[in-house]
Amino acid sequence: MNVLLDHLPEFRDGFLGTLALTAASAALALILGVLIAGFRVSPVPPLRAFGTAWVTLLRNTPLTLLFLVAFFVVPLILFPGVSPFVLATLALGFYTSSFVCEAVRSGISTVPLGQAEAARSIGMTFMQTLRMIVLPQATRTVIPPLSSIFIALTKNSAIAGAFSNTELFNVSKLLSDKGFAIGWIFLWIALAYLVITFTISGIFRLLERRLEVAR
Amino acid sequence: MTASVLYDAPGPKAKVRNRLYAVGGSLAILALLVFAVLRLDAKGQLNPELWDILNYANVRTNILNGVLTTLQVFAVAAVLSLVLGVLLAVGRLSDHKPIRWLATGFIELFRAIPLLITIYALWVLFLSYQSELGFTGEGTQFWALVIGLTVYNGSVQAEVLRAGINSVSKGQREAAYAIGMRKTQVMTTILMPQAIRAMLPTIISQLVVTLKDTSLGFVITYEELLYTLRLMAQNTTINEQDTYLPLIVAGGVIYVAMCLALSSLATWIERRGRRAKTGIAVAEAGQALTAGDAMAPIDGATTPGPVDKTKE
Repeated sequence: MNVLLDHLPEFRDGFLGTLALTAASAALALILGVLIAGFRVSPVPPLRAFGTAWVTLLRNTPLTLLFLVAFFVVPLILFPGVSPFVLATLALGFYTSSFVCEAVRSGISTVPLGQAEAARSIGMTFMQTLRMIVLPQATRTVIPPLSSIFIALTKNSAIAGAFSNTELFNVSKLLSDKGFAIGWIFLWIALAYLVITFTISGIFRLLERRLEVAR
Repeated sequence: MTASVLYDAPGPKAKVRNRLYAVGGSLAILALLVFAVLRLDAKGQLNPELWDILNYANVRTNILNGVLTTLQVFAVAAVLSLVLGVLLAVGRLSDHKPIRWLATGFIELFRAIPLLITIYALWVLFLSYQSELGFTGEGTQFWALVIGLTVYNGSVQAEVLRAGINSVSKGQREAAYAIGMRKTQVMTTILMPQAIRAMLPTIISQLVVTLKDTSLGFVITYEELLYTLRLMAQNTTINEQDTYLPLIVAGGVIYVAMCLALSSLATWIERRGRRAKTGIAVAEAGQALTAGDAMAPIDGATTPGPVDKTKE
């Protein structure tokens, strides 16, 4: 009990850190994921190949390895002295984007054939078809898998704590190094994660209900 | 819907335009790569001497040992997590309320907590009771990693198996009871085999996640592949430069190869199962469950089962 009350500022910072990391990398993953999904269904072969390579590569790499790449190779390419938060966001966002891409792609394939055919028959281009007809309708089927992807992202963000980011794992490490009983720390940290994941799944369930239509 | 439904068969103009996009896109991707290579070259990271360390005998032995350790952790954790998965799945479907609640609570708790936190807590716990538990040296980290992986992946496998068991058509169970089988017999000889067959692709996809997650041993300083690489990269300096790049690239190739091998096995089984005309339908090798080591931790009930195409 005391661990939480005595170290409320640390826990709060950790909680906010996890939230910030999750939000930032979720935004990055969403943008990249939709873009790459567009690549994967596009009529241009090199872009399709790029999309496939992106997904295969990122989905089969351990996230910890991506973190190593982000923290030791990316600064060499870009510029040294990038904040750990940005690097962690890059690693998490890129990793998650491959899962978002797959979810969006399978969402695209659930839109009834007639929709795309109708769009084409009134002369829409690929971009128009995708942007105005297919993607808006795919949103509905993409929402449930997205919810679990973002929950996984929240949990994966714990790895960032091992790379000098302030978030919940980092806090648990800090406090157990100070000699507090790991059991209590574990319990409170677990509770904090439960709060975040419950919130995410609640938000998505709300979204799902709002977007629901009778078909 | 195949991709081609999204656009018309290209006419002469569209062909030219697509080719233009193709060239433009390839150039853009190429430019990014060239930029990265140039920057790395400017930092002296592409120096042949730097990459030559991959030829050193001791570096190779270390990498090999790292791979073997990773595979060892994976093998033990995979077997244990499957056993735990079966137990938890059966527990969750049990007729006795306390057992059902216990299994449900266990599954939901450990699926909701990041694996890293579990592993770390176990490690700290094991370290403080090291002598009582009889761990020596590396054993502490090994068991913290293995048990952490087992608890988390076991919970996920349990959900997968439960979805499989629920997808076995009701007639199977009823027929088994009708010929006088006991509960245990029905579960072990009728339901479980069909559930495992149906969910095999998904189970293997989750094993890929287990394999990837062995890299979390890095955080608790267990000398599996990733930690070995990091250690070597820090300690080996060529021209006063650390050797992260070559070692990370080598490690990445090894990890991707191992995971691809395992996931292509899942895809193969799925295809084979789809060809078969008899028995229960096989689940997709699927994104749904592997989609990031994750399903919603709250509503396990939404776990998608295989599509039963045999139903009329």
